[in-house]
Amino acid sequence: MENILETKDLTKVYANGVAANKAISFAVRHGEIHGLVGENGAGKSTLMKMLYGEEEPTAGSMLVDGKEVKFRSSQDAIASGIGMVHQHFMLVPSLSLAENLVLGKEPRTAKTRMFDFEESVKIAEESAKKYNLKIYPRARIVDVSVSMRQKLEILKALYRGAKILILDEPTAVLTPQETDELFIELKQLRDAGHTVIFISHKLNEIFAACDRVTVMRDGRMIATHNVADVDRHIISNEMVGREVKMTVDKAPAIPLEVLLRVRSLSYIDDFNIKMLNDLSFALRRGEILGVVGVDGNGQSELVRIITGMAKTLTGSVEVRGKDITNAGPKIFRHAGVAHVAEDRMTVGTALPASIEDNLMADRYARAEYSSRFGFLKKAAMNARAKEIVKEFDIRCTSERQTVASLSGGNMQKVVVGREFTADAEVLIISQPTRGVDIGAIEFLHKTIVTMRDAGKAVLLVSSDLSEVVSLSDSLIVMNEGRIVAYFPDAKTTNDKELGLYMLGLRRQGDDEIRKVLHE
Amino acid sequence: MIEFLFSVITSDHYWFIVLRSTAPILLVTLGAVISEQAGISNMALEGSMLWAALVGVIVSAATGNVWIGLAAGLAASVLTAWALWLFALKFEANAVLAGVALNLVAHGGTVFVLFALTGDKGISSSLPSKTLPFITIPFVKDIPWLGGVISGQNIVVYIALIAVVVMHFILKKLTIGRRIKAVGENIEAARSAGINPDRVKLFALTAAGILAGLAGAFLSMGYTSNFTSGISAGRGYVANAAQVVAGGTAVGSIFASLMFGLFDAMATYLQNVGLPPELIQALPYLATIIGFIVVTVIRDRKEARRKKRLLMKDAD
Amino acid sequence: MNSKIGPVQAVKLFFTDKDKLEPALVTLLAAVFSVLFGVVLIFLVSKNPFQSTVNFLLGPLLRTYNLYYMMIAMVPITFAGLALCIIYQSKHLSLIIDSSFYMGAVVATAVGIYFPLPAIVHPIVAMLLSGLVGALISLLPAILKIKWRANELVSSLMFNYVFYFLGSAVILYFLRDRNQAIMSSLPFRSSFALPRLIPNTQLHAGFIIAAVFVVLVSIFIYKTKWGYEIRMIGANQKFATYAGISVPTVILYSHFVSGFIGGVGGAVEMSGLYRAFIWQMDPSYAWDGVIVAMLARKNPKFVPVSALFLAYLRVGADFMSRRGDVAFEFITMLQGFIILILASDKIANSIKANRLKKAALAKTGGVA
Repeated sequence: MENILETKDLTKVYANGVAANKAISFAVRHGEIHGLVGENGAGKSTLMKMLYGEEEPTAGSMLVDGKEVKFRSSQDAIASGIGMVHQHFMLVPSLSLAENLVLGKEPRTAKTRMFDFEESVKIAEESAKKYNLKIYPRARIVDVSVSMRQKLEILKALYRGAKILILDEPTAVLTPQETDELFIELKQLRDAGHTVIFISHKLNEIFAACDRVTVMRDGRMIATHNVADVDRHIISNEMVGREVKMTVDKAPAIPLEVLLRVRSLSYIDDFNIKMLNDLSFALRRGEILGVVGVDGNGQSELVRIITGMAKTLTGSVEVRGKDITNAGPKIFRHAGVAHVAEDRMTVGTALPASIEDNLMADRYARAEYSSRFGFLKKAAMNARAKEIVKEFDIRCTSERQTVASLSGGNMQKVVVGREFTADAEVLIISQPTRGVDIGAIEFLHKTIVTMRDAGKAVLLVSSDLSEVVSLSDSLIVMNEGRIVAYFPDAKTTNDKELGLYMLGLRRQGDDEIRKVLHE
Repeated sequence: MIEFLFSVITSDHYWFIVLRSTAPILLVTLGAVISEQAGISNMALEGSMLWAALVGVIVSAATGNVWIGLAAGLAASVLTAWALWLFALKFEANAVLAGVALNLVAHGGTVFVLFALTGDKGISSSLPSKTLPFITIPFVKDIPWLGGVISGQNIVVYIALIAVVVMHFILKKLTIGRRIKAVGENIEAARSAGINPDRVKLFALTAAGILAGLAGAFLSMGYTSNFTSGISAGRGYVANAAQVVAGGTAVGSIFASLMFGLFDAMATYLQNVGLPPELIQALPYLATIIGFIVVTVIRDRKEARRKKRLLMKDAD
Repeated sequence: MNSKIGPVQAVKLFFTDKDKLEPALVTLLAAVFSVLFGVVLIFLVSKNPFQSTVNFLLGPLLRTYNLYYMMIAMVPITFAGLALCIIYQSKHLSLIIDSSFYMGAVVATAVGIYFPLPAIVHPIVAMLLSGLVGALISLLPAILKIKWRANELVSSLMFNYVFYFLGSAVILYFLRDRNQAIMSSLPFRSSFALPRLIPNTQLHAGFIIAAVFVVLVSIFIYKTKWGYEIRMIGANQKFATYAGISVPTVILYSHFVSGFIGGVGGAVEMSGLYRAFIWQMDPSYAWDGVIVAMLARKNPKFVPVSALFLAYLRVGADFMSRRGDVAFEFITMLQGFIILILASDKIANSIKANRLKKAALAKTGGVA
């Protein structure tokens, strides 16, 4: 059982200093299905990017079949027999599956050198039969299901001679039945001599499909196990354990009345995946409710719905007793909901505009900043902007500087500075410290607690477990669009336990969960 | 009035003019279609036409040979297309702005050159330019009614019809057609398949240049026998609108260009009815924009319904 | 634009804020290069290039009347530039200004011929009506964009042709003076004319009106909440929605205001310069407007200087073409060339893009 693929001390440090992969030494055996697990930010994607030639390693080496390789592009990786199925498909929607399969290596008719459509269909059919993946070669991509598109992506890799197949979160877009189908297909591929690397954070799937599993955390490789010999709890522990426990000084919470109540929210995304499923909870004044979960389990969609940026298909959103379901950001803001957006660069700020303009964007029309005739009260705006810059320690030369010229942490402070001074009663905070330096993080955490103490209702969504657990008073755990656990006191939880809930291995009873509605 | 219109619409003479009016629009629309399929908004079609119209006239006058003139005109329009490629792809200019900028250069440049050569700004009548041949097709010309429509057209009209077939062929049957679609719909997919998108776009723009060049040359060496300033009369922009209606297919381009051609041909007849010529002149553009709106609305509604259906299906 | 930053500090801020400095330099370079391009063209074509070049580059300064022509030419260009600044600020590029301007002129013609009003009041009424018509016309591509996502550039170009013919038809059939040999409308009443600023020249009060509009539009964009909304949408439309700004509403009123300015521009041109409507071709100011807006970086403050630049070139080219063998149309070539340079992001922003990319990598952490 030789190693078909191996890395030795593979390291990747990005230009900005972030070390995404730290000295990874891991091996994949010939003819196995090897799972790679880790939370978001663990470094799985970076590792795969290096294996597929999309990124160059900073240090360390990669070996294919025992020989060292260097990839300058994915063409090199393909030449070495490595194929990858990305999360976002590389398909041309209006062309048929057969045409997509042969794109770039199109068969031509012998006589006239034209595109030989029939030949491409034949190639597709033979390929499908050989690998036992059912597709409709003549159908167009837009007309077939997502799972069939995925099968085509796999066939594409195989058609180009892949011996090693890397699948990046393949089941994210599949229904349970389709997932089972996929596993059967993967096993057949393995039995036929191929090797599969399967990236996921869904433990149940890893255990159903893989022979061995490697756990990554914080950019490092933690361990490799035989799936047959290991217990889910062990894996969960290795994935979710914190190296440094964060503590935040705060007085105990004194939650008062419910300010935000959501009932039975549901949401289907563009891939027809149900991202939210009958979700209900309530948020009270004077508490920080943390949302724990692996990225992609519906947290982003939840945030967008309770801030007016997306529409729920069912249920309702009530703020201070008023039903404002699906009303749009303007109404949500008027109702007293502020929103620290997940993506500060594309949504949370306007990069070409000044700090002052960014800070005033939600309040410029108010009486204190706009006269009856529509004139902006520039002096008042400027004074307030200066105040906010000082209060939130935004490092800049002037509040008239463009936001684009600020560092990540300071950009985030602009967002927070605006949202926290919006006179809102409900604060929805999403990924507040992503990509932010330590000093700013501490400051942001302190400010969040201050907001709570001032009587706001705070919802904190973060994929950084340390942050959520240390900052929040109570926690809900989300998995696959549902709340699977509610912990009224965050301090009573431990990482092991949370990991089980996060990974869908355990679920509280409905009675426990319903408590979060505070009815 | 109704009787008059009826008699016009059933006359072979009217449809003869329809073919003649539609031909240049059809050619440019095909050019717009292939550009759009490759993912580029080609606004420079107007400019391509103008240069071809002028250069064709000048060179055919200078050499006494209409075919050399045509070739030179095509070269000029292809160069314009390459200029768009250069600015939009290599200098990363906004393709739309670059396209209209090239049109401005063409509008001014053609008059500039014409004046420099002939001392006349409005028309090139001082140049002994040649005309592309009109063709009477034996046998066909004797077919009642149909013969009057089809036979006797300028060679470019027939080329336009052939161009539809060729374009259909390219887009649906050739490898490059698929690569063009790939580059236009999902450039990452094309790249990961090892295709060079810039080269594919260059091909598409070159084809568009040739097509626009044919249209332009026809205007000054077939439809009329002189270059006049502004001879393209916005047909390039009409093509940009028509391309939306055409839906990315060669066959669709025929219907899209007919929107313009039907009304353009109607102009001479409507003058006899006493309708103000300006209103008549506006009709083709009005028809184009109405067609454009109607198609956009229909497509929008279809898309919304499709999304709703998918949602309903999985909502349980 | 406001507050207590002193001039020295402002200059220092300007030179250290690379986001502001780089574009200004590029704009300057674009202007310089286009003029050089023009000179090259002259040398290619003219039999006495040096004389032609002098006429072109220095024309406006060689004769006093050229200076006046320049100021007169600045007026419509300024209106177009202002209208396009507003459009450009929201980043929804529609070129309907041609229709607004032209139909504005047509409406003003009707008012000028038929409305019995006292002097001064007469042209003002015309401006208001023309502005209204221009505003309503400008809404058309905007509505199409909002309701049916129809590309506003394409639809506005088509509308321009339609309105050109429509407007011409109105003049020819309702307002025509059959006694004239050339195509002309009936004469305007004497009360319609704008007063001359300098006697014995054609420099009319429209110049002042344009200046007033520069101030008004400046205030509108930078000192009112409506201008703020337009600017935020232009900066980042997603951000604007997120912050609670209603994008469709803003698009509608910004186009309305822009069209109004275009309409007024048409009326001013009529009442300032003409005694009857005698255009035979659509003087398309849309492109001038686009160039002015680009050169002015969407800031009305810089529109006069950009309009001056363009008007200077126009008058120089006109002077040169009257006295030599270079066609006036070469100015259109220069316009195209300027837009090409200004639109080329790589030339303009390669440094900036690089800088932002590095910063972005740092901010998002680049972690998988």
